[in-house]
Parts: sequence; C-alpha cells; structure tokens
Amino acid sequence: MSDLFEQYAAASERRGAYDEMFAPGMQTRRSYGQVAGALDALSLSDVTARADSMARTFLDRGVTFDFAGEERPFPLDIVPRIIPADEWSLLERGVQQRVRTLEAFLNDVYDKMAVVTDGVIPRSLITTSAHFHRQVHGFSPAGGVRVHVSGIDVIRDQAGTFRVLEDNVRVPSGVSYVLENRRAMAKGLPEAFGQQSIRPVEEYPRRLLSALRKTAPAGVDDPTVVVLTPGVFNSAYFEHTLLAGLMGVELVEGRDLICRGNRVYMRTTAGEQRVDVIYKRIDDEFLDPLQFRSDSMLGCPGLVNAARAGGVTIANAVGNGVADDKLVYSYLPDLMRYYLNEEPILANVDTFRLEEDEAREHVLDRLDELVVKPVDGSGGKGLVIGPDASRDELNALHKRIVADPRGWIAQPVLQLSTVPTLSGDRFGPRHVDLRPFAVNDGEDVWVLPGGLTRVALKEGSLIVNSSQGGGSKDTWVLADSPQVPVERAPRPSITLREQVSVWPIESNWQDRQSDQQQQ
Amino acid sequence: MLSRIAESLFWIGRYVERADGTARILDVHLERLNHLPPAEQRSVAVELLAVMGGRSTEESFGLSELLHALAYDKTSPTSIAGSLAAARENARRARETVSSSLWESLNTTYYGLNQHRKDVVGTYRFCTWVLERTSMVRGLADTTVSHDESWQFLVLGRSLERADMTARMLSTRDVHSTGMSWVNMLRCAGAYESFLRTRRAAFGDEHAAEFLLLDRLFPRSIVYALRDADECLQTLDPSAQRVGFINDARRIVGQARTFLEFHRTDDLMAELPEHMERVQKAVSQASDAISRRYFNHAPELAWVGELS
Repeated sequence: MSDLFEQYAAASERRGAYDEMFAPGMQTRRSYGQVAGALDALSLSDVTARADSMARTFLDRGVTFDFAGEERPFPLDIVPRIIPADEWSLLERGVQQRVRTLEAFLNDVYDKMAVVTDGVIPRSLITTSAHFHRQVHGFSPAGGVRVHVSGIDVIRDQAGTFRVLEDNVRVPSGVSYVLENRRAMAKGLPEAFGQQSIRPVEEYPRRLLSALRKTAPAGVDDPTVVVLTPGVFNSAYFEHTLLAGLMGVELVEGRDLICRGNRVYMRTTAGEQRVDVIYKRIDDEFLDPLQFRSDSMLGCPGLVNAARAGGVTIANAVGNGVADDKLVYSYLPDLMRYYLNEEPILANVDTFRLEEDEAREHVLDRLDELVVKPVDGSGGKGLVIGPDASRDELNALHKRIVADPRGWIAQPVLQLSTVPTLSGDRFGPRHVDLRPFAVNDGEDVWVLPGGLTRVALKEGSLIVNSSQGGGSKDTWVLADSPQVPVERAPRPSITLREQVSVWPIESNWQDRQSDQQQQ
Repeated sequence: MLSRIAESLFWIGRYVERADGTARILDVHLERLNHLPPAEQRSVAVELLAVMGGRSTEESFGLSELLHALAYDKTSPTSIAGSLAAARENARRARETVSSSLWESLNTTYYGLNQHRKDVVGTYRFCTWVLERTSMVRGLADTTVSHDESWQFLVLGRSLERADMTARMLSTRDVHSTGMSWVNMLRCAGAYESFLRTRRAAFGDEHAAEFLLLDRLFPRSIVYALRDADECLQTLDPSAQRVGFINDARRIVGQARTFLEFHRTDDLMAELPEHMERVQKAVSQASDAISRRYFNHAPELAWVGELS
C-alpha cells in the first residue's frame, strides 16, 4: 500500500468501525481491488491535484448547497464508496419493501386507519404527529401514489449489517449530487473505473419523469410536469434546477401558478397552461396558504383542493410527513408484517420510545451513552450525541425530554462504517452513511443503483449532514459479474452498398465544368 | 479584398471550429475508452482516428497515441494543437486585416498549448480549456471584426466545418461496439439541455439523431450550420440571378441542406451513415469550389531567365 495509507490501520482500529475498503489486517476487500490499484499508482501530489481539480469543477458548475444564505460547494472525496452486487441486491429489496410499506401505511392513515383499529399502532401517535395533516384526510391522490420519491437513510453498524436509520418521504434531497459526483469522478479518477462494470446513475431523471407522468390525473394524454421550488434561497435550489433541466420541464415558483376550478395553471408567454403533475420541493406547511400557513408566499392558494378534486397530482403527496416521524419509524417492522405480511429485510436501529415510562427512565439515566433525536427533525438538527455532549447540554436535554416525551427518541451510539477519505496529506477512516433513492410509479419501485454516500469529514465525527461539515462520495454499485466480459452481438457492419441509398446520385457536372474552365 | 487574405480568414474559421469539435468528441469518447480492455481500446482508438480523418502508422496504436494524434500533435491538421497552430499561422499572415484582439487571442491560445499534462486527466482539462479558448476566439471575431466580406469568409469556414464536425461526431457513435449513449452524444454537442426542452419525455435514439442532424434552431445541428454557410455565400455573391446559379459552392451547400431539411424518412437510424458520409463529402466539395471561385491560386510563377 502506498504511504498515503500510512497509519490508516491504527486510525481504523481506534474507531472500531466496519471499514468498507479494508478487512481487518489491511486486507483490501475484493470490490475495492481496482480502486486500490489506481490509488497505489498515484503520489500525494497527484491525489491532491485531482482533488483540487474536482473541487474547482464543482464550484464552476455551481454544485453547491445554500447554508445561511451562502453558496457552498459540497465537498466530494476522491475515494468512492463501493457496494458489491450481492450487498446491493439486499439493499434494493429492503428499500423496495420499505417504500411499499410506507405507501400502504399512508393510504391507510388518511383513510380508514385500520392499522389503529387493529391495534398495531396507537391512534394518539398518529394524531400527535406534527406532519399528520387532516386537510388531506379522506381522499386518495390522483394517480394513486403518495411516495413518488423517497430517500431511505441506511447505515452499517460495527458488525457490517445494514440498518435503516430513517425514512425520508417528504422532500428527500441529494440526488443531484449523485449525478454530479459520477460525472466528476469519471474525469477525476478515470483509472479506478477500469474494466469493472459500475451501474450507471444517469437514467434517474428519465425514471423520475416517467413515474411522474404515469401518475398524472386520469384522462390526461400528454401530462405537463413541473418542478415546484421555493426559490433561489432554498438550500437545495441547485438540485431543483438540475432535475428540472434534466427532465426538460419547467421549474416554477408558487407565484407562477394559479388555481382555478380545481385545476392548476402556469402563467406563460402563450397564456395560461394547464399543469397536471407538480413535483413539489416545498414543505407542506408552505404549500397552500388556504390550508396551511396563511402567511406563506412560496406556495399557491388552492393546490390542496385541486389535489383533492383530482385535478392535479402532487408528488410527493401532502401529509407524507407522518410516515417519516421517527416514532412511527420505530413501528415500521410491525407495519411490514401488518401490511405486507413480510419480515423486514433491513433491520431498524434499536429505538427507545420515550413515552413509555420504563424506556424513558432507562434513557434518562444513560443520556451520556445514547443519541437523542427530535422525532420530526431532519438535517441533523437538534440531535444530541451523548458521549460528545457537555454536562449542561445533557441537563437541558433532560428537561426537554421530560417536558415533551412525544417529541424525542433515543438510540444507541452506532459506529457508522468508515471509508478512506483524503484529509490533509493522507487517507484516514471517516464515517459514512448511505441514502438510496427510490422512485415509485405505482407499479414498480425502482431504486437508483447507488445513492448518496455522505461522509463526516472530521475525524471521529458521526454527523454527516452537509450543513454540519459533511461531504460526499461517489457511490458505485458493481454489476453482477464484473469479470465476465459482456457478450457482444457482432457489430452490424453497415456499408453503403447493403442499404438503399436515399441521396440523389451525385452529379459530376461541376467537375466537368471546372475541368473545362481550366483547359 | 485580397484572395490570399480571404483564404486565410476562411481557414481560421475552419481550424478554430475543428479544434472545438475535436475537443468535444475527444472529451466524451475518452470517458468510454478508458473503461475498455486494452485490446478493444486499441481497435476503437484506430477507428476513432479514422473517423476523424487520420491514419495510424504505428503498430501499437493505443490510448496515449490517440491522445497525441487527436490532441497534441502540432504537425497534424486533424489534431487540436495542429488546428490551433494552423489557425494562428493563418492569422499571422492576415494580421493587418484581423483585429488585434482576435490575433492576440489566437496567439495566446497557441502558446498555451504546451501547458497541459498529456495524460488522461490532463486531457480532460485540455479539452475544457480548448472549448473556452475557441469560444473566446469566436466571440472576439464576432464583436471586433466588421461584418464585411472578410468576416463572411470567416463565418463561411466556421459553418462548413461545424457541419462536418457534427457529422463526424454522429459517425463516432458507431466506433464503440455497444454504441455511445445518446446522452453523451448530445452532451458532446452541448445540446443536451436544449434537446430535453424540445423533446420532453419522448427520448429515443431517433429523436436525438434527428435533433443533431435536422433541427432548424439548434446552432450546432447540420441543417443549421449549412444554412449559415448558405447565407454567407449569398452575401458574398449577391448577384441575383433569376434562374440557375453561377456558384458551385452554393449549389453544393444548398442541395445538401435542402435534401436534409426536406427529407422524409421512417428509418433515420439506418440512413444515418449515408447522411454523414454525404455531408462530409459536400463540405469538402464546397470547400474546393469556394477555393476555386474566390482564392484563385495563380499558377506557380517561376522566373525564367532570358535565353540567350
């Protein structure tokens, strides 16, 4: 191993986590063979030159996220995260199962609530969820799908087992980085791709568009799809523009839309044009001032009524937040058994429900050993990691939990798996998670091969969120049998003689004329 | 204007556009080539070079030889460096006619040619750099040169070469046994977003080929480029004739353009190779005709001493 990996073993030991690239004893795992070879051939100056050039490309292309009103590049690390085919097939099936469960759960929650009647989940849990919206109760959305796009956060624990950390079925973001990372890596570390077949990610926008079109309201032949963005100040604005661009659809803001007669139109130079499917990238609270926050300037009044009347498909459906409430998450294995009659393929992380007295007592005694999270948070907001927290923080947390036990869950501290990551002048192990993205078109749940791997760039840190100093890695899913060359059909050799020529026969007239002139 | 100057300008237009087109083609194909096993890499490299109009002389023609032949070889007019050197040489000969900023930008480009690492990663950056420089040259030519006869020659050369380059770009799709993805072909022409906006969901091979070949509004499509060339020829020779034509170049360009523009077909993909071949042929014939008509090479004059 090159000296870039000097001290890696020791650092890895210190972390005590599962390493994605090296088995214990610095044995390179098989899936990483090609990458290890490529990195071996590079010197430190090569690696840093490439990393710099990748960072510059990202900045030039505007691959950024907004943090506190400032555009920041989302750092991409040069070592990819690689998932072998067999592990991916497990993840894929697990994610599909989860999405189907969440879909069934949401349909039930906004309808008869059979799941409550049958005693699987307490009613109060659903009705106290901050994202349970009565405004959308009692109708099934046009197109029949609620979770068009989802991002299921998966981590790998010390033993190397994949576990689901949380579900995102409101507005999961990050897929733009998946697309951009792959483009940057193909140019930044071309040697590593070698001859192994890595499953492509570029079809995502097409899959998404086709799912959105497929779930359009009935009776629309050629549905118009738009992406609804809160605007240029949103942290994921770059992603909105990229997706709209790659799908070739309009990126609209709330003020571009009008609702009339339970139909939605957008203002164009050619007059008002009907909109059939809205890919919503706004939080529900801001979507429709008639139903939710009346002071919202981002949405468009009347959208929810239009959706209720079946005049427009909103993706993801309004009210999905109840399914990614972290307390509901803790019931997901039960929900899978209930709705699908299947055992979970991917396990949850053990979770303490703090409303249960016994669990709360247990947790309050051990706050310094656990991770405590707010149930409706995202982006790592409000999360407290016990071992890293000060006494004051823990005391404050203690008070908040006692005051609002419904608002929090607690989980053991998991050492997320690590991948070598460039830091200064060598590679060090850094913790990663994985967010596979799934697109549901009502018949099939398609999982993008790969997903977003986020990495905590600080040594030992377990928080991978971009807003808190996280970066990302390109995620490679290896195709089933990388060593077998793809069977190639003999190339159809098209010669001009074999086919009918469509061009007129060339006239030599001008050649003759010019000959004459020269004579 | 002097024929000699007109010829220089025509070739500046052609060479700059050639550098641009070659950089685009090389950039997308490199990515693909890189993933192939060495044996296949070699055969694809040879074919790619052939499509670009080069011949491989070496026994073991591989990736690095291809990079040399298409990017860095200053002696070959098919390589990027060769084209840019030739463009600069032409500008040097017409220096009193071209604007100083145009000359400077070509000259700076020429001196920047050596400042790149010649490996795969360096070549990606080189291609990006070339695209930037050629855009700058084009922009300066459009904004600092009067749009008179001299500029028309420049644009004429540029438009013809652009049609040729797009045709070659489309032909390079077949050098890979599995075919290049159309996404990459469109990216190569910088047409991806434009294409998506016109086609929306209907995304097929046929549509992408049609877009690059026949679109009336996309500036790098063949029909568009040929129409530009046609307009230049018309401006250069405005003698309105009521019947027929007196200018071979116009006939060749016009016939090719109208044939494509009004051609009706059910199977564009099968016809594509023929279209590409004919477009390239038309461009080279038109170029010859223009040269006969306007550049008028005097027969070599040799001083013969008085015989005593």
